[in-house]
Amino acid sequence: MKAVRNALVHVVLVIASMITLYPIAWVVKMALTPSQGFSLSASPIPEHVTLANFADVLGARDGGHWLFGRQLANSLAVSLAVTAVGVVLACSAAYALSRFRFPGRETSLRAFLFSQMFPGVVTSIPLYVLLEKLGLLNHLAGLILVYSTTAIPFCVFMLKSYFDSLPRELEEAVLLDGGTRFIAFIRVVLPLSRPALAVTGLFCFLTAWNEFILAATFMNDPLSFTLPVQLQRYVGDYSTEWGHFAAGAILVSIPVMALFFALEKHLIGGLTQGSVKG
Amino acid sequence: MLFAPAILAAHVVLWHAYRGEEERALEHVVKTWNQTHPDETVDAVAVPYDAYSQKLSAAIPRGNGPDLFIAAHERIGDWRASGLIQQVPESADDDGYLPETFTPLHDGGKLFALPLAFKSLALFYRRDQLAQPPDTTDELIAFARQKRGAGKYGFAYETADFFYHAAWLHGFGGKIFDDGIPRLDSPEAIRSVEFVLALDREHLVPGDATHVLIAQLFNEGNAAMTIAGPWFTGEIAPGVDFGVARLPIVSETGKRAAPLLSIESVFLAARAASSQAALRFAHFLTGADGARIRAIEGRQTVAARAVWDDPRVKDDPILGAFYRQLPDTIATPSVPAMALIWEPVQNALRKVLRGAATPAAALHDAQARIMASIHLLPTPVSPLPYAIALGVFCLVALIYLSRRAASRLGQARKQRAAYAYLAPAAISMAILVFVPFAVGASMSLYHHQAGRFTFIGLQNFISILSLREIPITDPLSFYFTLGVTILWTVANVTLHVILGVSLALLLRNPLLKLRGVYRVLLIIPWAVPNYITALIWKGMFHRQFGAINGLLSLFGIAPVSWFSHFATSFAANLATNVWLGFPFMMVVTLGALSRIPKELEEAAALDGASAWERLRHIILPLLRPALLPSVILGAVWTFNMFNIVFLVSGGEPDGATDILVSQAYRWAFVRGSRYGYAAAYAVLIFLVLVIWSALARRLSDKEAEA
Repeated sequence: MKAVRNALVHVVLVIASMITLYPIAWVVKMALTPSQGFSLSASPIPEHVTLANFADVLGARDGGHWLFGRQLANSLAVSLAVTAVGVVLACSAAYALSRFRFPGRETSLRAFLFSQMFPGVVTSIPLYVLLEKLGLLNHLAGLILVYSTTAIPFCVFMLKSYFDSLPRELEEAVLLDGGTRFIAFIRVVLPLSRPALAVTGLFCFLTAWNEFILAATFMNDPLSFTLPVQLQRYVGDYSTEWGHFAAGAILVSIPVMALFFALEKHLIGGLTQGSVKG
Repeated sequence: MLFAPAILAAHVVLWHAYRGEEERALEHVVKTWNQTHPDETVDAVAVPYDAYSQKLSAAIPRGNGPDLFIAAHERIGDWRASGLIQQVPESADDDGYLPETFTPLHDGGKLFALPLAFKSLALFYRRDQLAQPPDTTDELIAFARQKRGAGKYGFAYETADFFYHAAWLHGFGGKIFDDGIPRLDSPEAIRSVEFVLALDREHLVPGDATHVLIAQLFNEGNAAMTIAGPWFTGEIAPGVDFGVARLPIVSETGKRAAPLLSIESVFLAARAASSQAALRFAHFLTGADGARIRAIEGRQTVAARAVWDDPRVKDDPILGAFYRQLPDTIATPSVPAMALIWEPVQNALRKVLRGAATPAAALHDAQARIMASIHLLPTPVSPLPYAIALGVFCLVALIYLSRRAASRLGQARKQRAAYAYLAPAAISMAILVFVPFAVGASMSLYHHQAGRFTFIGLQNFISILSLREIPITDPLSFYFTLGVTILWTVANVTLHVILGVSLALLLRNPLLKLRGVYRVLLIIPWAVPNYITALIWKGMFHRQFGAINGLLSLFGIAPVSWFSHFATSFAANLATNVWLGFPFMMVVTLGALSRIPKELEEAAALDGASAWERLRHIILPLLRPALLPSVILGAVWTFNMFNIVFLVSGGEPDGATDILVSQAYRWAFVRGSRYGYAAAYAVLIFLVLVIWSALARRLSDKEAEA
């Protein structure tokens, strides 16, 4: 009985994994196929294999500069900074919202939620003017600020609900021992919140890593573009270079996959120490 | 360097969206110029096409734009009225341009750009199937009848795309604008649609054909001819022996089919810092020297006449064919009203080909829609009453807030630390989110036309909500779209939660073999940027060659034309969004599950509770509070999930699967830059979500009490 159930679980999971992998296999196929056309056959196995698309994407140059390298560095710098800024700001805000009962608490919570509701269609130009006034146009710092504020509300919600679930007794013990709130926050709450911090950090990173419309609008120099902007260059008004696009998509996704892989244990594990690691 | 005449040195910035060989040729021209003009160097900056026009309209009015930019001529009227471009002085060299490419660059008698290259459609054919391309439509039809077979066609093109259809429209003697007024329901226009309908009904062309499908049919030899532009050469597989010829003469009228002509031009941006140097470079780039490099290395069909004497260009089979098509083209009208034409006509074509309307009925309907959108000019009103209302509102709010603050000051003081923790996030959000939001929302009180904003009070809202112009059952009506959006959100969130929670429960058992592998595999969709996901799924839902129909046929199910019906089109969007959204819920659930103490369950198991009972009475109730914030946020995100709807179904059929944000986007960027109207949509979206969140809060409060 148990064996049957176990087998059933595997069948379901294998089917689910196949459904998730099928479109990805297609991207890989297009990246490895020499033509720039869109593959339409149902089989996800490439007929001719070449690495030319990867070579083209990786080797793109702009006036003596190695474009891919520079843009990778930009993307990494922006994404890591957004992760740091986003998580720090969200942590402290979430802590306030979780542990204090102060006038304006409800309003702030609602304001964070409302910020997710206004569609971006009409805010991009006001945002452009604002960054210009702040002197941050064409600076990676401008992108970092914009992406961080995009990511903060979600992080605040995740972290707040996580903090809510932590027992207050541990902090109170620190306070009784003469420690400050801040020490309790840093020494007790944050270490216990590692899984939630991992999820929010990853979310911040993804927000920054995948965005291209604002990056293309606010940046003027190919050397300060981020990777998705370059990826989007393969999509044209008349036609798309599918081979390059797919190769670029894979290259852009690899760091994210690696991150998921590295954080996986923290992402879900956290308190289930001692269990068998998958 | 110190002694260089710094004042004389100019630096010209040029923006473009070229790629591949065109980009390399442009860079070559720039390099040639820079070597001989060290005092007037040019810097060419490549911008992604998708962000191009937004970037231009954001940067140029504020003096952050380039000196020159390259774009198609179609938006001259719009850009001139918006103050994005400057007049270019006519010069003696202008005789050097082919007149077909130069005359359309004028607006109101003034010149606004210099022509680089022209692009139009022509007839591509496979030499292994056709020795001589047909010169009339009768010949073409005869050939297509003879070639017709299972999955094989003599002729294939995108029948439902007006960009292609315009060639027939002109060949039948029709016009898009007659004396400046749209005339899409003329007898000639109706005849042209009847012609295409006949091709379709006789199966002489594939139905539901997209660009991608056409390329595949052509490459595999299953289509002997197609209509395409110069960009198509890059998609033809190596080894295919093909030729390019003029489009055929319409036998019924004796006129040659005349495709729309797009003229790639270099524009002098308003507020250009170095306009004189920029103009000198623009003349070099468009003149014979620059054009020769672009024609030979970039394979462009250039506008400079002198280059066409060069045998390397003139005798090139592809370039030469487009050059011969040029006299039989009609420049795409560059009046702002052109932007209003595309969508209604496109819908009419699709409706006819689907068999949902006769050509005459569909075109009359399209014409009526176009005229309605042109005549929708609201009357300007005085902003004074609104300013007073705003002032009074602010005053009342201020009094209320200060009273409230005073009564709670003591409490606030006690909790001073809380504000310190909250301040950094709150301040940055206030500046970077709420200020742009307020500015964007205030645009909803304006009407935008041709660069001018007129204050019109609440008229945008009234026209959206009143149903005066659009009946409630029309996919363009606000209420219809709202209904679709709600259905979309509920369906998505439900499936995300069900799939996410089920998979998380399956993955929960720490002794499960390969658990880590499954977990990583199932998270992958989350890691892929959603615009990539959308483009791939759109391909998979293709009627004839998509993987989904391929799989269905294994089970003996007939192929489904996914984007022709509301239900299937909606399902396609839904499948895509569920695929990319469930991993998030799964991870959230896994995180929450890991925090449920094992003892609870073990105790229940000892008490004899079955697995199902444990799930129902212990796990799910504990999961609910942890999932609720994600569900609330997920619903908000799904409600505004633009990329998937826009890229997968694109609103088909007839805009029925559009959700509110994609409608707002269309009003802002597709239906003639009605920013005010789009902003009003955005405000309404916001209000709907605020109401929803109030309901959700009640729900979560109840949850907390229970």
